[in-house]
Amino acid sequence: MEIPSFRRTGVISVEELRSLGLLPPEERLRKGPVAILECPEQIPCNICVDACPSGAIRMDKITDIPRVDWDKCVGCGTCVAMCPGLAAFVVDLSKPNRAYVTVPHEFLPVPREGEEVWLLSRDGRRVGRGRVVKVWERNRTWVVTVEVPRELAMEVRAVWVER
Amino acid sequence: MPPSDRRIWDHPILVFERGKKVRFFFEGVEVEAYEGESVAAALYAIGIDVFSYSAKLGRPRGPFCMIGKCSSCFMIVDGVPNTRTCVELVRDGMRVERQRGLAPIPSTTPPEGAEEEVLEADVLVIGGGPAGLSAALEAASYGLDVVLVDEHFRLGGQLVKQTHKFFGSKELFGGLRGFQIAEVMSEKLSKMSNVRVLLRSVAYGVFRGGWVGIASRNKLYRVRPRAVVVASGASEQYLAFPGNDLPGVMGAGGAQTLMNEFGVRPGEKALVVGSGNVGLIVSYQLLQAGVKVVAILEIMPSIGGWFVHAAKVRRYGVPIMTSHTISAAWGSERVEGATIVKVDERFNPIPGSERDVECDLILISVGLAPDARLLAQARAVMRWVPELGGPVPLRTIDLETSVPNMYVAGDASGIEEATSAMIEGRIAALSIVSKLAEGRRGVEAAEKAKKLVDFLWNEYRTSPLLSRARRGKEKATVSHEEMEKLRREFPPAASFG
Repeated sequence: MEIPSFRRTGVISVEELRSLGLLPPEERLRKGPVAILECPEQIPCNICVDACPSGAIRMDKITDIPRVDWDKCVGCGTCVAMCPGLAAFVVDLSKPNRAYVTVPHEFLPVPREGEEVWLLSRDGRRVGRGRVVKVWERNRTWVVTVEVPRELAMEVRAVWVER
Repeated sequence: MPPSDRRIWDHPILVFERGKKVRFFFEGVEVEAYEGESVAAALYAIGIDVFSYSAKLGRPRGPFCMIGKCSSCFMIVDGVPNTRTCVELVRDGMRVERQRGLAPIPSTTPPEGAEEEVLEADVLVIGGGPAGLSAALEAASYGLDVVLVDEHFRLGGQLVKQTHKFFGSKELFGGLRGFQIAEVMSEKLSKMSNVRVLLRSVAYGVFRGGWVGIASRNKLYRVRPRAVVVASGASEQYLAFPGNDLPGVMGAGGAQTLMNEFGVRPGEKALVVGSGNVGLIVSYQLLQAGVKVVAILEIMPSIGGWFVHAAKVRRYGVPIMTSHTISAAWGSERVEGATIVKVDERFNPIPGSERDVECDLILISVGLAPDARLLAQARAVMRWVPELGGPVPLRTIDLETSVPNMYVAGDASGIEEATSAMIEGRIAALSIVSKLAEGRRGVEAAEKAKKLVDFLWNEYRTSPLLSRARRGKEKATVSHEEMEKLRREFPPAASFG
């Protein structure tokens, strides 16, 4: 069996996510915020299934890959706060000319709403700057929504604050 | 005395509530620490890297495992040589000295009135980590009298330094951070009047007739329990390379203890060797503590740990260098750098690919070895299982070893992870309850054990991510009939019950 590329690099590509069925269809992304769970391995874990207030995450066995029902998901970001693997994100492509990405954050300083922060890609590159629009916290995981250029919506997966 | 203070005051996850100030003497000079700190953590915090000089070559040595398993932090404390400073609490006025070569035999007489006590217990649980705590809680909830022994000065084992959230399900404490799980379980245990906890105590041997000796501070206990659960955990494995004994070369878990249990930054620039879950998780925690991670090296062509843990460090720019290893560490009294090298498909270094990196911390995360020595001493039949990290006792599906009523659970039964350790602890306890408890409660416990066994083997461990551990645990598990045969062939040194 060939080892998937993300197991060699620790970085999963958009193509890999798509082929695993982990990305919502384009038209759903344009409708409003929706969760993307970048969880491609069969971790024995079902925290997101229990956490989702919309009952939008499905799993038959604890060792299944979580599947999001894109129509039920409202993009609230609870899974972003609760996922033990910090592998849940929310992407919103409903506004013209810009996008919103919601990421988990567990570093100091914590971003403030309105602040400009660095946008980091899955491989840690600083791909731009973005304005933080919303921050909330649960059990010391901060859930940060940041405005990003539309073309970076599927690239930005972390933020970094430099003050 | 270096003026530095490596203590962490602001941390995204943890709050370090430091106790009152304590003053003690290090090499005759008065130094400050905080109540609740270990001597090793307190010295490291003020910039002390060298704890001793080796016996033969006089090479400098610093702490390695920080949990009382290795001998790297030995110092002379109040005249007593070979004191494990990582599990020794600071006290006002104590005198700590570096050991230079072999230490002289202590001249002080043993404390007057050293006591002895015989304990009564249904179940003796050895080790207060995830497996031991779960076993003690389960057994005690059925009314059995439990004695729980741990070498450290607090309960929780390695849970206390786990700041990440655990996988699993709500029922298995999933979603809570490791140290929070330790808090929940310790709190529950403290409310049970039928549990006696002995901290800073070591179960040092099993004796004829099913007696177990426990050495505490200035006190020896003897106990003849009806059943024993050995949940003594594991120790970190070393890696051989020139300079691996320099202060600043540390177990990844040792660094985790320093920064997450005591709030002391283990270094400024770290190189992590090994990309299993421990290496990946500790790297993320180093970043949270403000330590730069230069790189994570992995000798295999792919990452050892789970993808989500790797993704967490990659997002913050930490390189994971597969097919790479460390070939040397250099520095005089502290690591100043390392030479890394690329390896070919047979893991041989590729000449000319050496590269020097600057770092003051090298963390070894190349696996753990089960600590099942007490079981071996009791003459439990052991088997070397590479998938489990070393020699482990053979056991039945309900975790009873070839020493009757002596059970094993958690990493001591073979390296896996904390959630399965908690499940194993409960299975062992429930199996004991099913034998010891009268009537309906015993039947109920047997049914509960059966359900947990079924969940562990037929659901939880079916994850491909646990296939290696599962394979190992299959090799170490025998049928009840085989176990009877083993007992006849290799009679145990003692038995319980």
